[in-house]
Amino acid sequence: MDDFFSGFAELFAQYDVLAAFWVNIQLTFWAALLSLVLGTVLALMRISPIASLQWAGTAYVTIFRNTPLTIILTFMYLVVFSQLGITLTDDLNSTFFWFAVIGLSVYHAAFVCEAIRSGVNTVPVGQAEAARAIGLSFLPAARLVILPQAFRGAIAPLGNTLIALLKNSTVAVAASVATETSSLMRTMIEFRPDLMVAIFLLFAVGYVILVIPIGLGTTWLSQRLAVKR
Amino acid sequence: MSASVLFDAQGPRGRALSVAGNIAAAVAIVAGLGWVAVALYDKGQFESTLWENAVSAEAWQYYYLPGLQNTLRSAAFATVGAVLFGLVLGVGRLAHNRVVRWVSGVVVEFFRAVPVLLMMIFFYMFFSAQAQWIADRPFAAVVLALVLYNGSVIAELVRAGVGNLPKGQGEAGLAIGLTPSQTLRSIQLPQALVAMLPAMVSQLVVVLKDSALGQIILYSELLRSAQILSSKEQNPLQTLAVVAVVFIVINWMLTTVAHRLAKLLSGRTAGSTAEGPGIGNPTIVPGGPVGGGAGPGAGAGAAV
Repeated sequence: MDDFFSGFAELFAQYDVLAAFWVNIQLTFWAALLSLVLGTVLALMRISPIASLQWAGTAYVTIFRNTPLTIILTFMYLVVFSQLGITLTDDLNSTFFWFAVIGLSVYHAAFVCEAIRSGVNTVPVGQAEAARAIGLSFLPAARLVILPQAFRGAIAPLGNTLIALLKNSTVAVAASVATETSSLMRTMIEFRPDLMVAIFLLFAVGYVILVIPIGLGTTWLSQRLAVKR
Repeated sequence: MSASVLFDAQGPRGRALSVAGNIAAAVAIVAGLGWVAVALYDKGQFESTLWENAVSAEAWQYYYLPGLQNTLRSAAFATVGAVLFGLVLGVGRLAHNRVVRWVSGVVVEFFRAVPVLLMMIFFYMFFSAQAQWIADRPFAAVVLALVLYNGSVIAELVRAGVGNLPKGQGEAGLAIGLTPSQTLRSIQLPQALVAMLPAMVSQLVVVLKDSALGQIILYSELLRSAQILSSKEQNPLQTLAVVAVVFIVINWMLTTVAHRLAKLLSGRTAGSTAEGPGIGNPTIVPGGPVGGGAGPGAGAGAAV
């Protein structure tokens, strides 16, 4: 048992597990911001009355929702970086980081779009009819009546997408981000194969600790803000 | 439809605005796509040899089709395993026995929170070190990781399916003298399983997409074969595009099936037949968690 703990202490001294989790949290943060912006634009396109925008939004969602994230991130590295020779910064590591952020955002934006759209769908038509009946025109009706209810309905699916994004940030390894958790876990297991199970549990519990508060928080928020119907 | 919530039927001025907007947006979209095409053309990505090598008969025969076969094989094994694992855990979470309920809950929450890729890498390295008698270790690791994750998602679907049934279903079972477990087995579960079919088909899309993670542990699935082909022919853009199209077509068909099923089955069960979102942990139980604190019988009894 002493052996086990001294081995673990040695591992901790040699590898910075928290730094690896910090990389994943940063990937998640930036990709969440970017995909929220892109997803909102897509959702607006899909619910607008303009046919070509609807069509483009639907095409985007159909394509990226059905493509494996691994392909998108491999594409960022093999095609955008290697084949087309596009770089974002002089530093290779930060180029890979931002390519991974872009790949993650492009993929999750499709799900953010669907989450927001499902939020809009929770608003009964009667709400819009009532808004028009009391004389509100399009923008006031959207701002005062429909969108506030739509955002509340979108919280639970958005939280679900955020959790998926955090877990999917490990796939950044396919875009050559070598400092995140799955690569570090692999390196640590290669270094100390005898502690394999303990190392896996360490990383797994790290994700449980990160994911469960997000789940509880968004569930709490969505129930607290739920429109009672 | 969402459009009818936000937008009233348009008058003449609105229609004219829509047409103008439609044209402007179409021009902008075509211009954007054209700009990308020109940029790719300038980089020489439309050279015919690059594309010919990506769609040639040899490419299909020696790379894509064997890869697709492996992808479908891992997805099929993972689906069967996940359904079995998920049914056992889902029923476990609804069980009358507190210990069974608690253990199933911990297992489900754990495997839903751990990234599939971490599990895949761990199982692969674990099998390589401890279980070398397994011939195809990447395959085993891919399937096991997919079973554990998707099984716990399906367990939650079972629980949500039972939780979404009207309370009267469970009450009626108790009223005619069935025990709580009999009510679960013969009244609630059959309806819940029908109700969750569309969400299960949506989950198949997740299984198929996640099977591409096997590429990272060198399982020779579709994406991996395409990468090998592209390193030989120097055409990653073209081969990855082919692979993406294959995935999109299969997944789009599955999504369509889920959508049709949701409509078809809504008349056959008292539960809700919503499709899954195709990502993450798709469980939204209206009105709070069901079955966590009490068994289905007790839950129905408490519904005063």
